[in-house]
Amino acid sequence: MHGRPRKAPKPEDAAASAAKVEKLRSLQSQFLSNHHNKIYTREALEVNAKLLEINPEYYTAWNFRKLAVEHRMSQPDSDPDSVKSILNEELKVVESALKQNFKSYGAWHHRKWVLSKGHSSIDNELRLLDRYQKVDPRNFHAWNYRRCVLLSNLLKRKVQRFFPKEVVLNEEYNLVHQALFTDPDDQSGWFYHLWLLDQTVKADVPLLVSSWPAHDDLILLGDRNLDDCALSPFTTFHFYSGTFPLIVCFDQAVEGVNSSTISVETVLNTEKELTWKPLSINDSKTSQVWVTHLNYPDAKLQSSEAYPVEVRVGHSKGIISSSGFLLNHTSRFVFKVLLQPIEKDPAGHGGEMISWGDGNFLLYETPSQKSNPMISLDQMNIMDEHEQKSSQWRAETIANEIALFQELLSEINCKIGKLTLARLLMARDILLSPCANKTVHSEEVIKLYDDLTNSDPPHSQYYKDERSLVLLQQITSSRESLLRYCFRHRDGTSSLIDNSFCLRLNNLSLSRMGSIEKLLWVQMLDLSHNELQSIEGLEAMQLLSCLNLSNNRLSSFTALGPLRLLKSLLVLDISFNEIGSHSIDTTRYLCPSPLSHSEEIVQSYDETVTGGVSLTDYWEAFLIFRGLNLSQLDIHGNAVADEKLNSFLVKIVPTLKWLDGGKLH
Amino acid sequence: MGELAAEKHVQYILSVEKRKDDFVSVVMEHLRMNGAYWGLTTLDLLGKLYTVDVDEVVSWVMECQHESGGFGGNIGHDPHILYTLSAVQNLALFDKLNVLDVDKVLLYSCMLSLILCRLNKINVEKAVSYIVSCKNLDGGFGSTPGGESHAGQIFCCVGALAIMGSLHHIDKDLLGWWLCERQVQSGGLNGRPEKLPDVCYSWWVLSSLIMIDRVHWISKEKLIKYILDCQDTENGGISDRPDDAVDVYHTYFGVAEFAFLPKAWMSLLDFNLSDLKSVNFVAGLSLLEYPGLKAVDPAYALPVDVVNRIFFGR
Repeated sequence: MHGRPRKAPKPEDAAASAAKVEKLRSLQSQFLSNHHNKIYTREALEVNAKLLEINPEYYTAWNFRKLAVEHRMSQPDSDPDSVKSILNEELKVVESALKQNFKSYGAWHHRKWVLSKGHSSIDNELRLLDRYQKVDPRNFHAWNYRRCVLLSNLLKRKVQRFFPKEVVLNEEYNLVHQALFTDPDDQSGWFYHLWLLDQTVKADVPLLVSSWPAHDDLILLGDRNLDDCALSPFTTFHFYSGTFPLIVCFDQAVEGVNSSTISVETVLNTEKELTWKPLSINDSKTSQVWVTHLNYPDAKLQSSEAYPVEVRVGHSKGIISSSGFLLNHTSRFVFKVLLQPIEKDPAGHGGEMISWGDGNFLLYETPSQKSNPMISLDQMNIMDEHEQKSSQWRAETIANEIALFQELLSEINCKIGKLTLARLLMARDILLSPCANKTVHSEEVIKLYDDLTNSDPPHSQYYKDERSLVLLQQITSSRESLLRYCFRHRDGTSSLIDNSFCLRLNNLSLSRMGSIEKLLWVQMLDLSHNELQSIEGLEAMQLLSCLNLSNNRLSSFTALGPLRLLKSLLVLDISFNEIGSHSIDTTRYLCPSPLSHSEEIVQSYDETVTGGVSLTDYWEAFLIFRGLNLSQLDIHGNAVADEKLNSFLVKIVPTLKWLDGGKLH
Repeated sequence: MGELAAEKHVQYILSVEKRKDDFVSVVMEHLRMNGAYWGLTTLDLLGKLYTVDVDEVVSWVMECQHESGGFGGNIGHDPHILYTLSAVQNLALFDKLNVLDVDKVLLYSCMLSLILCRLNKINVEKAVSYIVSCKNLDGGFGSTPGGESHAGQIFCCVGALAIMGSLHHIDKDLLGWWLCERQVQSGGLNGRPEKLPDVCYSWWVLSSLIMIDRVHWISKEKLIKYILDCQDTENGGISDRPDDAVDVYHTYFGVAEFAFLPKAWMSLLDFNLSDLKSVNFVAGLSLLEYPGLKAVDPAYALPVDVVNRIFFGR
């Protein structure tokens, strides 16, 4: 049914077809009768072989042959010669079936089954494969079979030799360059090159990249009344509950983060053992970002004293990447905590509504220079000799690749070549960042992505997403650059905000989020008027209490899955998105739910709380909002929003005080 | 852009209905259970499932059940895991899962515990780790460890991981880029690099892209145009590529607005669908949010309301 040109059928074809139908019908009924009566005679096998020759997809017929072979081999008169001839016959039946359809799963499987009986030879099989692969060099059935045949052979000859990764990668780069320069339009080589680049840039061994609080930070905890002595947007933190989070972020997903692999020394903590929680949406055991909560007993501590907290990540071995590499040296950081007496009643939340209007924000002006929380951590990573060599090799390799592709692109216009150059330039920036902490190439990369968006419109959203990541990397590259986006909220009297610093990344055409590891300190975030379709990654921003996502392109409640991990979130604006406008939900399986067997919905709970509203209609909203403690929610301007939904939300979020600008009773 | 050439397809189906002894329909006898699933799902997406005689279908499905608990592709054929899945899907479409002796079916097929909400019956961790072992350096999946990435296989692996709540094992950006590069100049999708596009990949590639939230990386408009171009607008019918031969199996329910659907269902039982084209055609358009079609679930490959009924219904 594939690749047949469209043309009118001829009458003589119809007559021939009728005869074939007649023959096939009779073979099928004879065969089924033999099968049901377990008749394995020579005649029965011939009927079966004829049937398979015409229709190799008839799976019951292959089952019959296996039963027949086992029946005949178990006969008392069976000897090595007769076994050989029985199995030879099977190979012939497979070959004639493959002539009819060389992609027949049943036939290939039968051949493997015969081979598993210890029959045929590797040479024989490779000869057969050569024939089929000449007919269709991309036949994946044949390639998989070849792999299966050769694997058994290779394992015998395998020699255990160890090469350093660098040597192997250099050889592979040379190989793939030949392929790319010979035929730049063949995608396969580019996919391989991308993988090599990934292998080059990513260190195998996991690395701590950031934390909150960061090294040298002085964190102000407690009531907001003493705001005037606020240190900076990065370090001031108000909290009422007697605990504060400690967040560590690695360069890749790791497991094994616990109270023995990370030691925390402080007089503050009253808990004996800290519990570390992975910040992953689907509650897996591995995550790039981990959080624990430290208690502080407010009664006995003096407010004038700054209490040091010392954290050693990798204190004992056990933090391990998903590819099996252990974090191998300890990163130590120390921060200080200054406690303020709590004068306000924490229950007083919700006095006034937070307004996100531009008029409420003033650009933050930095009073004094403090250490940069983003570079301080990088400086702690001490490299051993091997790592220094290897990082030098990486930088050289990337520089070579950049020069090579700049040369290629000066000669030809190649889409994937441009994309590769953009990725290489970003890789160089990442490699340089620990020392320079500056994105040298981001302007050039953004230009490449703009260029690609214009020349390859079907994939423009891909380039846009990549561009967003580059832009965020640029914005977060230095403290100076970040401060340009830091504002103070004018409404200092509202008890809803713990901290009046707001990071405003609005109106930047962002289509996705990134660089979260540098934004762990953010408590109030304005992402409105972008083109966000996803907020993946936001789950790491544990300090967030106010979030504006209005006027974006979020298209379902399940897209808000990351918010479920933000237990401090009080104010949320998701107005003017596309929730309810789409019949297909692209985050249906990324957000834990009964559909992916990763979360139960308690049915009895639903009936009493939702008061007659069918959970089938609102299960997504139920999953997202029931665990949040929101005081203020804006949801209007979405197709899904109506009175019914609002009354549902009020029931499942009892803490809600403001909904769509109106005060609830 | 073209539109669904509904009237033409109706005429085409009428003309082939006369050829009940079509060779292909006899060759495909053994996968009638699949054919029924493709046809019935397509009908449901078009909002026309009510025209089918439920009891007739359910009793035929149950006649295909083997004493082991599994289902064959047709009456008298051996039980097979694929047809057991199709049989359960068919029953789910009609909200008739209650006719099954669930434990008996589960003994036969572990995979089904997923759809029947009996996940505790299988070793999920082992299943996940096998699938992850088939992952390749391009982010895709082959059919065995080390096998070349293939869009059909990727759908199976991504779908299985989705159902088992394990999509975090996938590098969504890497796989998403490989998948979005399946869209070729004409707007159609191919299944592997440097191969020709085919309508059926509108299902395999699209559903995978949707499950990992990267479907916006291809052009929906161009793909819809390509899919609609695969219709033979003169004589009706749907083919793999524009200007290739149409066939009845690609077409059967590729169109809405049949007045004679119960009769069409009968002919479905008689002909079978030879491959996935019809359901790929309609389901692909459904994934692209084409107006007038019900939404289809990218992992369970059943209409969204059927899946929601199973999980949230009672």
